[in-house]
Amino acid sequence: MSRDDARAVLALEDGIVFIGKRFGRIGETSGEVVFNTALCGYQEVLTDPSYRGQIVTMTYPHIGNYGVNRDDVESSRPQVAGFVVREISTAASSWRAAGELNRYLDEAGIVGVSEIDTRMLTRHLRTHGAKRGVISTSGDDPSALVERARRAPSMIGADLAREVTCAAPHHYRDGVRTPDGSAPYRVVAYDFGMKENILRMLTLAGCDVTILPATTPAAEALALDPEGIFFSNGPGDPEACAYAVAAGRELIQSGRPLFGICLGHQILGLACGGTTFKLKYGHRGGNHPVKNLATGQVEITAQNHGFAVDPALFDRSEYVLTHLNLNDGTVEGFRHRDLPVFSVQYHPEASPGPHDSHYLFREFVARMAERRAPRDRAGSGRR
Amino acid sequence: MPRDRSIESVLVIGSGPIVIGQACEFDYSGTQAVKALKAEGIRVSLVNSNPATIMTDPEYADRTYVEPLTPDVVEAILERERPHAVLPTVGGQTALNLAVALSSRGVLDRLGIRLIGASRRAVEVGEDRRLFKEAMARIGLDVPRSGFATTVDEARRVLDVTGLPAVIRPSYTLGGTGGGIAYNAEEFEEAAARGLDLSPVHEILIEESVIGWKEYELEVMRDAADNFVVICSIENFDPMGIHTGDSVTVAPAQTLTDREYQAMRNAARAIIREVGVETGGSNIQFAVDPETGRMVVIEMNPRVSRSSALASKATGFPIAKIAALLAIGYRLDEIPNDITRVTPASFEPVLDYVVVKIPRWAFEKFRDVSPRLGTQMKSVGEVMAIGRTFKEALQKGLRGLETGHGGFGRRDLDDARIREKLLTPDPDRILYVKRALELGWDHALIHRMTGIDGWFLDQIQQIAAMKERIEPSMDADTLREAKRMGFSDARIGELLGTGEGAVRARRHLAGIRPVYKRVDTCAAEFESHTPYLYSTYETECEADPTDRRKVLILGSGPNRIGQGIEFDYCCCHGSFAFKEEGFETIMVNCNPETVSTDYDTSDRLYFEPLTFEDVMNVIERERPEGVVIQFGGQTPLRLAVPLHRAGVRILGTSPDAIDLAEDRRRFSALLTELGIPQPESGTAVSLEEATRIATRIGYPVLVRPSYVLGGRAMAIVYDESHLEEYVREAVKASPEHPILIDRFLEDAYEVDVDAVADGERVVIGGILEHIEEAGIHSGDSSAVLPTFQIPERHLETLRDHTRRLGLAIGVRGLMNVQFAIKDDVVSVLEVNPRASRTVPFISKATGVPLAKVAARVMAGRTLAEQGLTADLAVDRFFIKASVFPFLKFPGSDILLGPEMKSTGEVMGISENFGLAFAKAQAGAGSTVPTSGVAFVSVHDHDKKAVLPLARALHEMEFTIVATRGTAAFLNERGVPAEMVYKVNEGRPNIVDRIKSHGIDVIINTPLGEASFYDDGAIRKNAILYGVLCTTTMTAAAATVEAIRALRARTQVDVVSLQEIHAARAAASRPPAGHLSIQVGGAP
Repeated sequence: MSRDDARAVLALEDGIVFIGKRFGRIGETSGEVVFNTALCGYQEVLTDPSYRGQIVTMTYPHIGNYGVNRDDVESSRPQVAGFVVREISTAASSWRAAGELNRYLDEAGIVGVSEIDTRMLTRHLRTHGAKRGVISTSGDDPSALVERARRAPSMIGADLAREVTCAAPHHYRDGVRTPDGSAPYRVVAYDFGMKENILRMLTLAGCDVTILPATTPAAEALALDPEGIFFSNGPGDPEACAYAVAAGRELIQSGRPLFGICLGHQILGLACGGTTFKLKYGHRGGNHPVKNLATGQVEITAQNHGFAVDPALFDRSEYVLTHLNLNDGTVEGFRHRDLPVFSVQYHPEASPGPHDSHYLFREFVARMAERRAPRDRAGSGRR
Repeated sequence: MPRDRSIESVLVIGSGPIVIGQACEFDYSGTQAVKALKAEGIRVSLVNSNPATIMTDPEYADRTYVEPLTPDVVEAILERERPHAVLPTVGGQTALNLAVALSSRGVLDRLGIRLIGASRRAVEVGEDRRLFKEAMARIGLDVPRSGFATTVDEARRVLDVTGLPAVIRPSYTLGGTGGGIAYNAEEFEEAAARGLDLSPVHEILIEESVIGWKEYELEVMRDAADNFVVICSIENFDPMGIHTGDSVTVAPAQTLTDREYQAMRNAARAIIREVGVETGGSNIQFAVDPETGRMVVIEMNPRVSRSSALASKATGFPIAKIAALLAIGYRLDEIPNDITRVTPASFEPVLDYVVVKIPRWAFEKFRDVSPRLGTQMKSVGEVMAIGRTFKEALQKGLRGLETGHGGFGRRDLDDARIREKLLTPDPDRILYVKRALELGWDHALIHRMTGIDGWFLDQIQQIAAMKERIEPSMDADTLREAKRMGFSDARIGELLGTGEGAVRARRHLAGIRPVYKRVDTCAAEFESHTPYLYSTYETECEADPTDRRKVLILGSGPNRIGQGIEFDYCCCHGSFAFKEEGFETIMVNCNPETVSTDYDTSDRLYFEPLTFEDVMNVIERERPEGVVIQFGGQTPLRLAVPLHRAGVRILGTSPDAIDLAEDRRRFSALLTELGIPQPESGTAVSLEEATRIATRIGYPVLVRPSYVLGGRAMAIVYDESHLEEYVREAVKASPEHPILIDRFLEDAYEVDVDAVADGERVVIGGILEHIEEAGIHSGDSSAVLPTFQIPERHLETLRDHTRRLGLAIGVRGLMNVQFAIKDDVVSVLEVNPRASRTVPFISKATGVPLAKVAARVMAGRTLAEQGLTADLAVDRFFIKASVFPFLKFPGSDILLGPEMKSTGEVMGISENFGLAFAKAQAGAGSTVPTSGVAFVSVHDHDKKAVLPLARALHEMEFTIVATRGTAAFLNERGVPAEMVYKVNEGRPNIVDRIKSHGIDVIINTPLGEASFYDDGAIRKNAILYGVLCTTTMTAAAATVEAIRALRARTQVDVVSLQEIHAARAAASRPPAGHLSIQVGGAP
């Protein structure tokens, strides 16, 4: 392989060009270029549907060290539009490794570029905001690539949830057991690009989950008589998901426990009458401090979002801010004053990231248990 | 929860002298803590016996006690200061142990003083294997399976639990002796039986072996509201079985998936809660089975540690400072992150670079010690390097070690020994790993032999492959690739056979220059306001130099014996003084343990190796007015000439003046010209020449390579055959420089003078008299300020010589002169035109910060302008005692000589000479007894002098035992002495007596070469069993004086530096104490 064959170029819409080495699939890709500061967990990042349409830059320079394995996946395949690293490992060192990252990406058709100054790229994105970009191994003139980057679709107004959601309602896993031995909680989960670990966490907490396509009308969901409703994470602009916002509005009023994460949280924010806005360069990583305003505790959280809920929502009295980002003061969670509706912007399911916020899944179950309790007392009993 | 307002005053406990395993990282942490508490308006008192620390500078704490770290002394300080709380978590295990002792004695309860940072229970659970194991079981965490046994039968039953291989550790043996690993049942029976026999309590611990497992550390913090963060993860390149202090370590962890990392993080959180560390930092170690991923907890330290200093430097997160703030009630989210200013400390730093720490050992100084690495830490210092890749950081770190090769460049590797070197870890192992990879050894095989993870092997393989592509015809891209992998110009020049300069020129022609990136705690997610920088070969440079007046200060690199904390102290002072003079200060250093590499010591910090290439790159980027090289010891001094030749302005004493003092021929000519006596000497470049010179000046001779510090490879040679042997060794020790040969002045008195000069005036800071005999390195010798038995006429001569030398050499800044006084002649041994090891000691004693004075001279301010025209004086005794690493090196000979072996020092202060000596001894870890048994065995020519000492001991109710000759001599003169066998005379002999704790103090002067080894056995056991042992008559007299003073003392007296300096300012008066016993033959 001659040197030029090994070359890959990352071109941004504002004319900045990085020349590096290619890895993964030969070809070209475009998307919104963002950065993630997590030190490990690249396989979970790659397979997280929330990264649909995005070229992800890992700020930690060595990526691929422990290879890839069968378990650490958040969906069936890599979802990113492209991948940017300082150095991709030529070794896969782990007792769980099933292969090397480079080959995994090639097989999944993901185009990547390495050996570029990823810190410079990160600083650029931090200063100038997330940018559309193109990674190409074609050898085309960089100015042509910049042009193509400018023509790439914008994240604003992009309804990507529709692309990554499931085709039809389906049941997640049988044989769910609750920690206290009571009957599993019937939960419907709106799949806007749901991470596998959310399902694992819900199941672990005792939820029997039915996964619904993103566009499922509220009435259809309620027809399943769920004890709780879950709004998942996902990619894109929440404002583009009007169908889900409409469903959210109805479901909130159903009085059933409703829990949202990430895009699900943003959609609920809109359903509550709030607005969302695009952050300059988003939050992506596993070290963001979030304060739980009820307990005063600080949780170190996993984050992956480019949009946020505007705090003006809390000027209205029925919604309460519950979680606050300590780095930039953005909204990280809220709840309804009276109804069992709550959501967080960050990722309590982690994967990758710290497990400080797993309690939220238990809270969701607790809300459902509270609703069961009066019936229990009335003797209508468990099934 | 904001600050606890009920805490208005705090006592901070330091860690004492630098020893292996507890070095200047605790000066760094203590200084941070003191600064943080003071900034909160808290009244801070501090106790630390180590005067070479920044933390004991009188301007930091309100009351600074340079006193021994013993429970009695700290109790006396608590009685005086009555602080609301004691902070013991920033002074290493020493401080924790003291805190526990004070708590057990009921002192804290009696005085109503709180322990903050760690509770007594947390300290105990952290230290006690059984308690820790039980605690881990309670939270469901796995530890290596283990059990105690008191019989071989019991041991067999424990083996059923642990399986083979098993580690056997006898309980309570000194230095962990008698431990071992058994791979089969037969070995196990043997090892168990031996261990039971060696253990004084007949108990062994049998532990499942985790040798070869992956080793990790997490540096974590917790606040009083149970908020918890991981500051840094560290992965050891060297697996379990090699002490983490002796391992190459890497941050962050490289080969853990998120799933495994989070499991470790969850475990750490559970551990810090269960052990009960309410606030502050902890270090938790884990081992992971590389085959199955099984994770076990190894240990936790409920305090700031060496690893947390490394983690602080690696991430930019100031753990000790935050720990101090948490201890007084703050929560993590109430403390801002200094670097970003906008985000809080309640987050987890992320890196976008790789940090590699490499230990530095001193085995060359302890030739009879095996360099084999194991579970006992043996390194004396470390270097840290930052790069964008592991390869770059590793190669930067290797050249930062200053072991004479530019990274992996050593050529004396023996291919036939690869197997042995891989199986038996020693300091060279990493070099042999690379050699094996070069030769195409299989990664899996190397992994099996070393336990080193395959990912690291792959990285080193890439370095090996790159080396093959470095050739004269390579293109600029290849050169750039090599630079990106961390190859130094010197190494590339060596591979090309062109030398460093040609590579540098070629690199510049091709426009290949490093850029500087910032350490910012957040991987560029937020703007950084702290210029803490490292070099790398990338596109964007973030150095962003200012156009202020600025100076660059070169640090002293990794600690080693002979170049340690004292020089870092001077570098920091230099930086502070230039800052006060209005300059921007830029520090270059690569030692993570130091205060100088704290990001707020200087205006800018470049964390870089101290090589010509790396320093020159910074200079080209920053364009400072000048470079300060006289504070960091020999490391920057070596760069003086190359930097000067490259057109860099050296501030202070000029490179030519340095050369005048360092070049033996020029220096000797200067002394002759000035009419100042010197021992006869010569310089040899060959064996023939050396023999000729030695014959001319007469044996014994003192031989050494030029340009060394700490007496590296220095020896006293008594005859020609030893000279021959030495020359072969010395040439290896320092190939570029010739050998210096001096007449050795036996039985002389040695004196150190520290002075500061501005070209017009020389002001003497202090004259230190050595307490040990001539021929013992000044860094090892006990010394006293002021002198106590040198006549005024000689002092006058010393001062006169110092002044004339300072002016003649043209010193601008610090200078140190070593003198010997023999037969009424004052000779100059050497002049060092740079900071010396004793500068902090004298600065603490006099209250005048000499290094700052020197820096101001360099900034253009004369001594007169600084109001410093008179020599400095003191009004009481300040005695220095040295601390040695012999306990860590079982089997090493304890004899002192011209090669320095001590790792640290303490200061004892009193108006009474004897008490000052007793305090210095206590600070250094030996107890001066007030009653008991004294063993006396001296050389014939010391017998007359020992008589009054023995008589005094007898009068103070000591029982005296002596070897045959000495006993007869004493008995004849009316001093009852019981005869004891020498080692080779029969049993029980003197060593048996020492081992059975039957001796309290030893006076043993060397009996000449014949009984050399006999004496060695006595001294060795004295150290092992903690018996005070003096080897010179001067030290013996001082010891007797100390015993007398202690017996007369009615209470523990402590005094702070601030009080001493205030008293001196109030009234200048001569020292009050005097020796009641004069030693014969005073000069």
